[in-house]
Amino acid sequence: MLGRLLRARYATLFLLAAIMIAVPYLAPSAFYLRVAAVVWVFALAALGLTILMGYAGQVSLGHAGFLGLGGYAVAIGPARFGLDPVLCLFLGAALAGALAFLVGRPILRLKGYYLAIATLGFGVILALVFHSESDWTGGPDGMAVARVTVFGTRLAGAATWYWVTAGALLIGAFLALNIEASPTGRALKALHDSEVAAAGAGIDVGRKKLAAFVIGAIYAAFAGGLLAAMNGLITPDAASFMHSIELVAMVIIGGLGSVLGAVVGAAFLVVLPQALTVLQEYEQAVLGLLIMVFMIFLPAGIVPTLRKWLLERLS
Amino acid sequence: MGTTVSRRWALRAVALAAFMTSAAFAADPVKIGSVVSATGPAAFLGDPEAKTLKLYVEELNKKGGLLGRPVELVLYDDGGDANKARTFATRLIEDDKVVAMVGGTTTGTTMAMIPVFEDAKIPFISLAGAIEIVEPMRAFVFKTPHTDKTACQKIFEDMKAKGITKIGMISGTDGFGKSMRNQCLKVIGEYGITVLADENYGATDSDMTPQLNKIKNTAGIQAVLNPGFGQGPAIVTRNYAQLGIALPLYESHGVASKSYVELAGPAAEGVRLPAPALLVVDKLPADDRQKAIGSAYKAAYEKATGQPVSTFGGYGFDGIQILTQAIARAKSTDPQKIRDAIEATKDYVGVTGIYTMSPTDHLGLGTDSFRMLQIKGGDWVMEAK
Repeated sequence: MLGRLLRARYATLFLLAAIMIAVPYLAPSAFYLRVAAVVWVFALAALGLTILMGYAGQVSLGHAGFLGLGGYAVAIGPARFGLDPVLCLFLGAALAGALAFLVGRPILRLKGYYLAIATLGFGVILALVFHSESDWTGGPDGMAVARVTVFGTRLAGAATWYWVTAGALLIGAFLALNIEASPTGRALKALHDSEVAAAGAGIDVGRKKLAAFVIGAIYAAFAGGLLAAMNGLITPDAASFMHSIELVAMVIIGGLGSVLGAVVGAAFLVVLPQALTVLQEYEQAVLGLLIMVFMIFLPAGIVPTLRKWLLERLS
Repeated sequence: MGTTVSRRWALRAVALAAFMTSAAFAADPVKIGSVVSATGPAAFLGDPEAKTLKLYVEELNKKGGLLGRPVELVLYDDGGDANKARTFATRLIEDDKVVAMVGGTTTGTTMAMIPVFEDAKIPFISLAGAIEIVEPMRAFVFKTPHTDKTACQKIFEDMKAKGITKIGMISGTDGFGKSMRNQCLKVIGEYGITVLADENYGATDSDMTPQLNKIKNTAGIQAVLNPGFGQGPAIVTRNYAQLGIALPLYESHGVASKSYVELAGPAAEGVRLPAPALLVVDKLPADDRQKAIGSAYKAAYEKATGQPVSTFGGYGFDGIQILTQAIARAKSTDPQKIRDAIEATKDYVGVTGIYTMSPTDHLGLGTDSFRMLQIKGGDWVMEAK
């Protein structure tokens, strides 16, 4: 029974929904909802990387650049052009997708380390633009985002944003699971294992890689837009190299290629720093140590290792 | 018999006294929150702030706390990340239930936290520089560091006194340089000074000779102003000397540190800049009102941390002092009453300046919070006030 559940495609989705419903009942204060909302947002961004890195096996060290792009779209659109913030959320995602399409073509010809460095450079360039085009972006101090109104109600408070971000993640997870099971998903996994073999089997490797890159960018931009709207502020820091690394770390710690892994990885890196504040100065050191311990003992990531362990126990 | 009774009474008295002191300490602590960037790129600002806050809350508790209750400082490190700062701000309010907050190291983290405190109606004393924090006014937001605007005014006051009316400007394009350039251009008209050449440079540029040459070749310029932060101004100063420009050079308060003097070397000779009193606290005349508090803070900080005192820690010192004095005056930990008391801060002599806040001014510092300094022989020299 449990074994079948673990293998079922939408089991992840039901588990995620159950957690989302349970958290508000268990949370002692709105602060916990805020932390959970941040987890959902970063999980959404990490999901994009799961598709790119986990399914297709392509590394991106500049993914926070797309996150920033989505955030600034929600900030600049309403402030400079008087556009609706919700519309800007989708515009930002579309813009990120288009940009990923343009730069993805040349960049994705590179492989391994070269691809990693190229995406890194791309992310740094985006962060620099947000940093220096201060007439548009407000410069290093960031830019305020107008509060979002949907159907006449203003979205404010941790509880409201908890449900908005939870809903977005659930939709994102649903789409990612479907992509995984689709012909494209299978093609991505094939080229992950061997590009030559995939090409030999008739897969248009370049196009599929580009598709994964574009989808990943759209996920990140959407998450960035939500983050900016939720915080009421976006700073160039959101697009920084450190955040790109953090996203990659989330995907790897949680479990490469696992939808639930992206959520667990995001929770790991968002919740732990909050829990470790009791250690004061040693917080960063212990966080680093924990990441190392997890990578040594659960090299495949938290979720795939647990899943395998459960399946072995059951059979 | 008599001795037994008196001994019993003595024991009771001791027990009662012990009970009372423990009761006093068992009283609910006054919870003060703080979110600073003690690590990350802004650590050079946030670290002395965190150390200062801890130091003075400890000291306050040794003196018996506030309103007969101990003070508890709930301090979080946001690492300079605005998103984390906002999460910690929510935590302070929702989970820790603090009555007020002193923190917000950078303008970015402060701006991210402001809506949280405004919505919760909890007073927030920011330690960040930008004028946007208190302009437009927000009911519950205050700040202690002086703004770029005050520095511009101080510099222009000095220029005006020296009969300088036409200047050249060379500004950094980093956040600090840009913001200060804008603030300077806003107030410059009030001093009858005009800018004949307005140049800029990138924060990581390694040569500013072309821009300075342009300024050198502009006829009529009487002085040059360099709003900037970090290594840029040191390079400007060196290039300025290499080009042999004989006009007075004004730097900003952003370089008021020993490292600037070291980086610029002999080229810094004669450079003028506005700086907080803390930088020259040893050289202040004995009758200066800031001398005593500045010297005391410097001695206490350097003794506790073994590091040289910085003006950034001073912002934290003034923040916690203004807050705790306001709580003492309000005789209450009700956030609304604390807010009103902070706003009523009058003539508080701090290490950064002398503060007088009002319903229209949530900073409360004038140009007298800056001292005009000149660099002579590799050290600061006070100019007559």
